[in-house]
Amino acid sequence: MSTVTKAEGKKVKPLKHGKSLGRRIMENWQLYLMLLIPIAITIVYKYIPMYGIQIAFRNYKPAQGFFGSKWVGLDWFERFFTAPTFGRMIKNTVLLSTLSLLFSFPVPILLALAINQLRFKRYKRVVQTVLYAPHFISIMVVCGMIRIFLSPYGGLINLIFGNQIDYMTLPEAFRPIYIISGIWQDAGWGTIIYLATLSAVDPGLYEAAKIDGASMFQRIRVIDVPELIPMVILQLIMAVSGIMSVGFEKVFLLQTQLNKATSDVIAVYVYEQGIVDHAYSYSTAIGLFNTVINIILLVVVNKIAKKAADVSFV
Amino acid sequence: MKRKQGMHTMSDKASDIVLVVLTALIMLIIAYPLYYVVVASVSDPYDVYAGKTFLIPSQFTLEGYKMVFKNSSLFNGFLHSILYTVLGTVFSVAMVYLTAFPLSKKKLPGRKWISIFFIITMYFGGGLIPTYLVVRDTGLLNTMWALFLPGGVAMGNVIIVRNFFENNIPKELYEAAEIDGANDFTTFWRIVVPLSRSIMAVIVVFSMVAYWNDWFTALIYLQKDQYPFPLVLRGILITSEAMTQMTGGMSYAESNRISELVKFASMIVAAAPMLILYPFVQKYFEQGFMSGAVKG
Repeated sequence: MSTVTKAEGKKVKPLKHGKSLGRRIMENWQLYLMLLIPIAITIVYKYIPMYGIQIAFRNYKPAQGFFGSKWVGLDWFERFFTAPTFGRMIKNTVLLSTLSLLFSFPVPILLALAINQLRFKRYKRVVQTVLYAPHFISIMVVCGMIRIFLSPYGGLINLIFGNQIDYMTLPEAFRPIYIISGIWQDAGWGTIIYLATLSAVDPGLYEAAKIDGASMFQRIRVIDVPELIPMVILQLIMAVSGIMSVGFEKVFLLQTQLNKATSDVIAVYVYEQGIVDHAYSYSTAIGLFNTVINIILLVVVNKIAKKAADVSFV
Repeated sequence: MKRKQGMHTMSDKASDIVLVVLTALIMLIIAYPLYYVVVASVSDPYDVYAGKTFLIPSQFTLEGYKMVFKNSSLFNGFLHSILYTVLGTVFSVAMVYLTAFPLSKKKLPGRKWISIFFIITMYFGGGLIPTYLVVRDTGLLNTMWALFLPGGVAMGNVIIVRNFFENNIPKELYEAAEIDGANDFTTFWRIVVPLSRSIMAVIVVFSMVAYWNDWFTALIYLQKDQYPFPLVLRGILITSEAMTQMTGGMSYAESNRISELVKFASMIVAAAPMLILYPFVQKYFEQGFMSGAVKG
């Protein structure tokens, strides 16, 4: 009760409800109690690890813990920048995600514009159901399918084209495999956000456009596209800011000894160094480097978008 | 309605047809790989690799599926996956509800700061190793809890649910409950939970999909004999180990045949449950995403 009197003493000015802050906190104790476990988990497993990032600047020894280990400054970063595969990893990471963004990003938008024009509701729903399906399949199964389909011994793709090419060993095949399978798996799912946006369009607009003799294509161009633009920019900002975070799981599962020239990315290196080789500090430093670049990209792209289209996300 | 129909011009009809054909083609591209795996899972593998199963099975067999449930490591993986999915979903949905309800209450002092506290975790994290070390130091390594706790509260779902509470539960109900002397716990149980079944169904499915398909968390935190189904699959599909143990005692050709059959059958066993599940809540997807995106 002492907190109540204290707060009452401080806040002389009556609040909105005519009750003191302390009183209002006490009245809502049940709501705070509900938040107790979620907050505790978040502190322990989200905030303490954030604080633990400092081992990127220390020589982490399990016995000495996060904060007792010796401070080494930027040594780990230096080691990373001078690693023999550093250039290759940066190039592969940036190229893989940039190309992936370039080819994958427009697909859901085009699909949504097409689906939105379907007039037979039941058919429209079937199309959506089928297009969403791959999103619900584990990346493990998708990569299993990729490997089987691309097998030189009777894989589906080789059967269709009458070849015996072992695609998984070709460095030049890795990026197309990654990008095409990504579009297959997630383009349909990506339409949801755009379809939801388009559902806000007043049907009267379409009717009016029809009376004016606008064709379907013209209606899409004049009504749908402008409606979508703010959402497209928003999605683009989010996508660009994640450019350094390639889909680790898929790269990891599709990497072979022979396609490493193009499949060697930072995220896999972080995993190998940290989990496999127990180089905890080194791995954390690389992860931090990755995160910092992502944040810089987010801020820059957000600024550009703000200037260009008056849309802001952050 | 009559008037509307009359207004569809010839060019409209033509573009309708083009659109239907186009979307049908896209559906075919999406669905065919899955169909092919289903057909291959019940066909003789030598016929599959000879290209005889593009459309219909050849030498129909269910041996692959039998093997998936007969083989101890695959079957254990399957049971683990069910266990992790059920418990993980119960835990995750409980956390989402416990977070979303207080945050939907405008009268809650400090609501804004608590929201920020949670939302920050959507954009920043400690990364792989610092999180791993905390999981290890809190004694979660090699326990099932390592799959649930380090993810924290699923904030994407919290935002969807919170917006649902704010927009779809009438204020009058809260007021009436307050007059009747109901406290926040009672309101939560008697009003909020029953009235939000539709959105709960959506996040239940989202959580189930996430836990059912997850393998990386298990790879980092669990031991081999605790692996969920997708991680056992990895041994068969990606690293191609562990098949000899399963087909021991068979002739070379027979063991080859069985191991190829198991590949296809196990992929179907892994994919089918979630593919059957999501259409039930599909109609809520747009609603959920919209509220998440606009007000996130």
